Amino acid sequence: MKNIKKILGVCWLLLAPAIIYMLVHGAVTHIDPTGNKDINNPVIWIIIILIFTPVAIGLMIFGVYALKGEYNKLPGKSEDFE
Amino acid sequence: MHHFQHDGLSFYQLVHMNSSSSRGIRSVIAASSVGTLIEWYDFYIFGMLAKTISTQFFPEGNATAALLSTLAIFAAGFIVRPFGALVFGRLGDLIGRKYTFLLTLVLMGGSTFLIGLVPGYKTIGIAAPLLVLLLRLLQGLALGGEYGGAATYVAEHAPTGKRGYYTSWIQTTATLGLFVALGIIMLVKLNMSDDAFNAEWGGWRYPFWISILLVGVSVYIRLRMQESPLFSKLKAEGKTSANPLKESFRHKANFKMVLLALFGAAMGQGVIWYTGQFYAQSFLETKCNIGFEQSRTIMLWGIAFATPFFLFFGWLSDKVGRKWIMLAGMLLGILTYRPIFNYFLQATDSKSWLAEEGTATMPPVVKMEAVKNSTDSVVLTTASFSLADGRKYTAIKTDTLRLTSAFLVPGKTSLINKEVSTGIYWKFVGLVFLLIVYVTMVYGPIAAFLVELFPTRIRYTSMSLPYHIGNGVFGGLVPFIGLLLTTTYPADPLVGLWYPIGIASLCFIIGAVYLSNKIDENVDD
Repeated sequence: MKNIKKILGVCWLLLAPAIIYMLVHGAVTHIDPTGNKDINNPVIWIIIILIFTPVAIGLMIFGVYALKGEYNKLPGKSEDFE
Repeated sequence: MHHFQHDGLSFYQLVHMNSSSSRGIRSVIAASSVGTLIEWYDFYIFGMLAKTISTQFFPEGNATAALLSTLAIFAAGFIVRPFGALVFGRLGDLIGRKYTFLLTLVLMGGSTFLIGLVPGYKTIGIAAPLLVLLLRLLQGLALGGEYGGAATYVAEHAPTGKRGYYTSWIQTTATLGLFVALGIIMLVKLNMSDDAFNAEWGGWRYPFWISILLVGVSVYIRLRMQESPLFSKLKAEGKTSANPLKESFRHKANFKMVLLALFGAAMGQGVIWYTGQFYAQSFLETKCNIGFEQSRTIMLWGIAFATPFFLFFGWLSDKVGRKWIMLAGMLLGILTYRPIFNYFLQATDSKSWLAEEGTATMPPVVKMEAVKNSTDSVVLTTASFSLADGRKYTAIKTDTLRLTSAFLVPGKTSLINKEVSTGIYWKFVGLVFLLIVYVTMVYGPIAAFLVELFPTRIRYTSMSLPYHIGNGVFGGLVPFIGLLLTTTYPADPLVGLWYPIGIASLCFIIGAVYLSNKIDENVDD
């Protein structure tokens, strides 16, 4: 199980930049000032990319922690958080 | 976790000897749940009345108003809710749970009431959308702070072995808030004409005004409650966190648990929650074209039957652990979303309805409209029909009249205001019920799960952020990503479901591999 956790860590690490790329690509493809749908609206894309970039970075950090084996043993009491 | 010893009794036992009598815990649950329900009600009525609100405050053709409208809808949910989680979470870990979630309640109730008092765009111009945006952002901020406080407060009063059950009462509030909002809006709307409802000072404002009464009662109840015993003890010993934000997110040991909570539970919960309740309703109305009353009552029945399952799965999570119940809810969504939504589509397929012979219930009404920059006109023929098994619909046929050749080009017929037969109606109720049961599986145990993941001194801050990113951001994006996918792949009407299925699958894998199913016996450290 420990090895699976570590191997999957690489997946999360790679998935995060792929998500950011997909979002930016989606924005470039669909932003259209003449369009009247939500997906044509640049403001919505800016909000989504702004909020999702740190979340994707969080997924990368999660991947790094998983790769380092940080999740092999989860904390059980307060002292473990010190 | 460990016990604080005192004269042979643990702190945990002492606290619960004094404060966790069944009557005491009932008051704690009631005070927390009623307030949280009202906050959800306040948050939902804005979304449900979005069409009327946009007419009143954000008129078409005004670019600034359109921008403010976008911010009111998107920024309030996506940015402000997680930000509210940070602001009020920090406050809750510094000054206490009771006063913080009292503050969020007053902020939410006040903002909602004031939205109902803002004059329309016609009366005060651009000040109207600006004020509404400001108040909507305050609503988002308050909601971001409320949930973590209520869940923490109840969990810190609950005895071991009942934390899942007691906190599941808090978990019913989001769905019940939706139920109350649907019910009150329907009640007001059915008791007046459309014009009276949509007027500048019309019936759509009543649900906003009602909020102040509900909040008043809830504030009164909450004021009489005591601070959480675990937080009080921590404060008396001077062990509260000096900087909860730093401890939550800059200490690796805690931050890695915040990430695990988000990616292993909260994000999957968010998409299942949103798809089962909001996407389903919007799908019935816009893709299946079921009429207002039937689509709303299908949701109301589904919610009413499924709500007790929040309590059941909360209770069950105390017996078998939280992890696998939440993950089972996600897995069921992953496996059955497409067949269920496909059934909705098949049962309301316009082509098969039109193929059957119907009886006209209203004589056809023909309207002609000129096409802009053309000599052609559009001819709209509207007629209502009923079918042998009780189904009803309104058909709108759109033809084009070429004035140059006086030739009528036949167009397509679309069906609106569909009413399904009684048998299909109850099948739909059953399927919506099933979708909401998935919600109860992922959502019922999650408060106890999050509470047990973090220590008391930074619990409010640490659990609020992943919850609101999961529920608000991942869940809130379901309609937008759905629209994005539908536009990109128009051939598949169910393509929008791949987003919740994909996120729930990712969360399922992370949860299955990394989460522990062990129930934390004590949360008093």
